Amino acid sequence: MNETAECVVIGGGVVGSAIAYGLAKRGVKPLVLDEGDGAIRSSRVNFGLVWLLGKGDGMPAYGFWTRRSADLWPAFAEELMAYTGVDTCYVKSGGLSYCLGEAEYETRSEIVNRMRAQAENDPYEACMIDRRDLVRLMPQVNFGPDVLGASYGPHDGHVSPLNLLHALHAAMTKAGATYRAESPVTEVRPSGGRFEVHTAKGVVSTPKVVLAAGHGTNALESDLGFDVDVLAERGQILVTERMAPVGLLPANGVRQTAEGTFLIGTTNEDVGYDTSTTPQAGAVMARRAIRVIPALAHARIVRTWAGLRTLTKDGCPVYEESAQYPGAFLATCHSGVTLAAIHANDLTEAIHSGKLGANIEPFHSTRLRAQ
Amino acid sequence: MSKTFDFLVIGAGPAGMSAATVAAGLGVSTVLVDEQPAPGGQIYRNVEAHAGDTRGVSVADWQRGVTLVGEFRASGAIYRPGTQVWQLDAPRDGSCMVYVTDGEQADVLRARRVLIATGAMERAVPISGWTLPGVMTVGAAQILYKTTGRATQAGTWIAGSGPLLWLFAAQALEAGGKIEGILDTTPRINYAQALRYAVPALRNHAYLTRGLALQARVKRAGVPIVKDVGAIEAKGDGVLARVRFRMRGQWQEVQASTLLLHHGVVPSVHATRSIHADHRWAPVQRCFVPVVDEWGNTSVDGYAAAGDGAGIVGAEASARKGQLAGLEAARALGTIDRARRDERAAPVRVELERHLPIRAFLDQLFTPRAGFFAPADDVLVCRCESVTAGRIREAIGLGAMGPNQMKAFTRCGMGPCQGRMCGLPAAEIIARERGMAMDEVGLFNVRPPLKPISLQELAALPE
Amino acid sequence: MTSETVTVYVDGDPVDVAANASAAAAALQAGLGYTRTCPITDEKRAPYCMMGICFECLMVIDGMPSRQACMVKVRPGMRIDRQLGPRKLQ
Repeated sequence: MNETAECVVIGGGVVGSAIAYGLAKRGVKPLVLDEGDGAIRSSRVNFGLVWLLGKGDGMPAYGFWTRRSADLWPAFAEELMAYTGVDTCYVKSGGLSYCLGEAEYETRSEIVNRMRAQAENDPYEACMIDRRDLVRLMPQVNFGPDVLGASYGPHDGHVSPLNLLHALHAAMTKAGATYRAESPVTEVRPSGGRFEVHTAKGVVSTPKVVLAAGHGTNALESDLGFDVDVLAERGQILVTERMAPVGLLPANGVRQTAEGTFLIGTTNEDVGYDTSTTPQAGAVMARRAIRVIPALAHARIVRTWAGLRTLTKDGCPVYEESAQYPGAFLATCHSGVTLAAIHANDLTEAIHSGKLGANIEPFHSTRLRAQ
Repeated sequence: MSKTFDFLVIGAGPAGMSAATVAAGLGVSTVLVDEQPAPGGQIYRNVEAHAGDTRGVSVADWQRGVTLVGEFRASGAIYRPGTQVWQLDAPRDGSCMVYVTDGEQADVLRARRVLIATGAMERAVPISGWTLPGVMTVGAAQILYKTTGRATQAGTWIAGSGPLLWLFAAQALEAGGKIEGILDTTPRINYAQALRYAVPALRNHAYLTRGLALQARVKRAGVPIVKDVGAIEAKGDGVLARVRFRMRGQWQEVQASTLLLHHGVVPSVHATRSIHADHRWAPVQRCFVPVVDEWGNTSVDGYAAAGDGAGIVGAEASARKGQLAGLEAARALGTIDRARRDERAAPVRVELERHLPIRAFLDQLFTPRAGFFAPADDVLVCRCESVTAGRIREAIGLGAMGPNQMKAFTRCGMGPCQGRMCGLPAAEIIARERGMAMDEVGLFNVRPPLKPISLQELAALPE
Repeated sequence: MTSETVTVYVDGDPVDVAANASAAAAALQAGLGYTRTCPITDEKRAPYCMMGICFECLMVIDGMPSRQACMVKVRPGMRIDRQLGPRKLQ
C-alpha cells in the first residue's frame, strides 16, 4: 500500500507525540508511526520529574533550554487538560535532591555552586537547604537522622508520565495527526527531495520526516545522514501501593504520585537492552529510601520496572536537520517529559518553519564528534 | 539453614507435595516453599485438621489429602511454609535464583531445578455489582468451610457453572448450611457439545456418578435450581441485598445476603509468565496454559510446571504429574538415569491416564458462556484500580493495541493483585474489540515482585 | 474437624474463631460486612477469593496496614481492623 503524508513522525513516545501535536496545532497533518504493544518504549517507564536541577552541567545552553520548558509547563498542562480532558497531574512544587551525611551535602553544594556560576545568567536559581527547612516544607514527613538537607530547585515539579503520553496521543489525534501503531519503520529512502518511509504495511512518501524513535534511532539514522548513536542506560524503579498523601516534594530518588503511590529509584546501569529488574539494586534503593523516610519501611512494593534511558554521549539532547537530506529532522533526548512543553512549542515551531535557529544550534551533534 | 538445594518446589498442593516426595525419596536435596502455613494447597486446605473426619461427601478427598501430606512430611524434603516467592531468575551457571520472604526479611535460595506448582484460581468473571461485600467465589466459601467448619448462612445464592459448584453445595448442605437457590449458567448448547466426549468420559464413570449424585443430593434437599441463566447482577447499596438474573430473556430478582460465584478454575500463570516461559491459549477451557512437555519441562531451562497450574486436570492427575516432574528432576540432576526414570514413571502414567478421559467432556460441558466476556461498560473489571470495561474499550479506541498499552492508559492491572484478577477478562475485552485471537492479545507483562513485599523486607536481602 | 478456638479482636470486639481460621474469616464471622474501603472510590469492599489472589482483604492487623487478612492465621489476642481508604505512611 502506498500513500503520501505532509510529514511523517517516526516514533510515538513523548518526544514524537509532543512534536506531532505541535505540528498538528500549526495546521500540518503528520502521520505518526509507532511500534506495537511489546516495544521497548522508554516513554512508558519514566519517573515523572519535570526537572531543571542538574541539567546542563558543562553545557549551559541545555540549562536554559530546560528552564524555558519548565516555564512553559504550567500553561502546557492546562492546555492539554482543556483540549483533551486528560489531567497530566502536573505540579510545580519545587524539587529536591536529598543529602545523607556531610559528604553528600558538600558534593551537592559544589555542584549547585558550579552550575550557578557557569553562565552569566543563572537559570536554575537553586540553593541548598538544611534539615529544618525540610521539616518546615513537609511537616507531615519524618525524615531519617542522616538527612542533613537537600538541594532545592524552585522550577522543578512532577507529572504523571503515563497521563502525559495519553494526553499527547489524544491531543495530537484531535488536532489532526494520524497515529498508527504496530507500524515499525524498516528504512527511509531519500528520493528527489522527498522521503520514502518503508513499513511492513507499505510505503509513505513525504517531504518531511522527524526521527523521534528513541532506541529505534540507531537503526534508521544513517538512512537520513545522521550519526548520533543513542546509548541505552538502564534505570530501575520501585513502585509502592497507594498511600495517603503526605505533602512530599518530589525528589530525584523518591516522589509520591497523584495516585498516592511512591516511586523510588534509581540506577544507572550499562546492560545493553535488558529491562529486567534485579533484587540487589532493589535492595540498595530500598535501603536509601528508608534512610530518607524511615516510615517507608513498611510500604509495600507492588511493582518494579526498568526503563532504558535514551542517552547521547554527553547526555544532552540532539536536535538537527540533516545536512545531506534537508527536510529530515532528528530529535533525541533522555528528558522527554521535562522537555515535552518546549518540544510542542519552540522545537516544533522551528521544525515547521524549516529552520532550526540559533538557540537550537548548540544541540547539533557536531559537538559530540568534537569531543 | 541451607540456602542451596538441588530441587526447589513452589506450592504444597498435590502436585508439589508429590514431586517433593518422589525427589526426596530418591535422595535429591529438595526444598518445598509455600505461602500457606500448612500443606495441602487449596484442594486439601487445612486437611490435617480433618484427619479425624469419618463421614461426609468429602471424606474420601480428605483421606487422600491426609495420605499425601503424611508422605510429604515423612519424605525428607525440607518444608518452608509461610514463605512467599517474589522473584524467579533465569538460570545462570546451572543455578536458578529464587527470591523468597518470610514476611520479615527477603532471602535468596539457589536450586539447580525449580518446579512451579502454584495451582489454579477461580476464573474472575466481572458482573455488575461483583465488588459488593457479600459477593465471593464458591472457592472462598469452601475455604471458609474447610478452615472454620462454618457453612453458608441464610440468604445465600450460588451462581455459575462447573463441578465445584455442586460439590460445594452438597458440602454446605451436609454441614447444615442454607442455600436459597442455585443459578446454573451452563448454556444448554454445552450439553449437546459435551456428548461428543461422553464415551471416553464413561471410563471415568466414578467421577460422573459422583457428580450426578452430588446434584441429586442438592435437588433432594429442595434447593431451587434455575438452569440456563444468561446473566447475573449483584445489587445493593454498599452491601449485597439482591441478585438479578436473566433466564430465557426474562429478568428476575431475589433477595440475597451472600452470592457465591463460580465459573470454573484457570491455571495461575503469574509465576510461569514471570520467567518468560512459552504459554498457549486453550480455547475450550478459555485460559492461558504454560507449554510443557510430558515431564512438565517448560520452555525455560531448569524450570518445570506441574499440577493445575500447568493445565486444569484435577487433584488426582495433578499428583501424578507431580510425581513425573519429581522423577524428571532426579534424572536431570543425574541422580537416576533415563531408564530408571522411565521404569518408575510407567505405572504413574498408567494412573495418570486413568484420570484424564473425563477432562474433554468436563471442559466442553462447562465452557463458559460467551456473554460473560463482554461485560457492560459500567462493570468494574480491575477491582484494585477501579477500572470499568468502558474505560478499557475507550483506551483501545484511542489506539492501545494490547494489554500493556491499555494498562498504561487506564491503570488496569497496576494494583496489588498485579493483574491476576483482571488480566484474563481484560484480554477477552481487547480480543473482542479488536477482533483478535486471544493468543495474539496475550496478558500483562509480569514484573517482580510476584507478590507485594515491603521495602524493609527487600532492604534486608543479604548481599 | 478439630474444634479449638482462639479469641481475636475484630474492630475492637472480641470474637472466638477456629484456631486455623484466617483473619479474614474472623472478620467475616464477626459480621463486619466490609473489611476495607477502596482507596480510589471509597466503596466498601470485602474478601472475594480467600486465597491470596484478589487482595480485597487488605486489613490492619496488629497495627500493620495492608496485610492480606486471608493469608494471616489468627493468633490469640490478634487485632484485626478495617483499612479505610489508602493506608497511611506512618
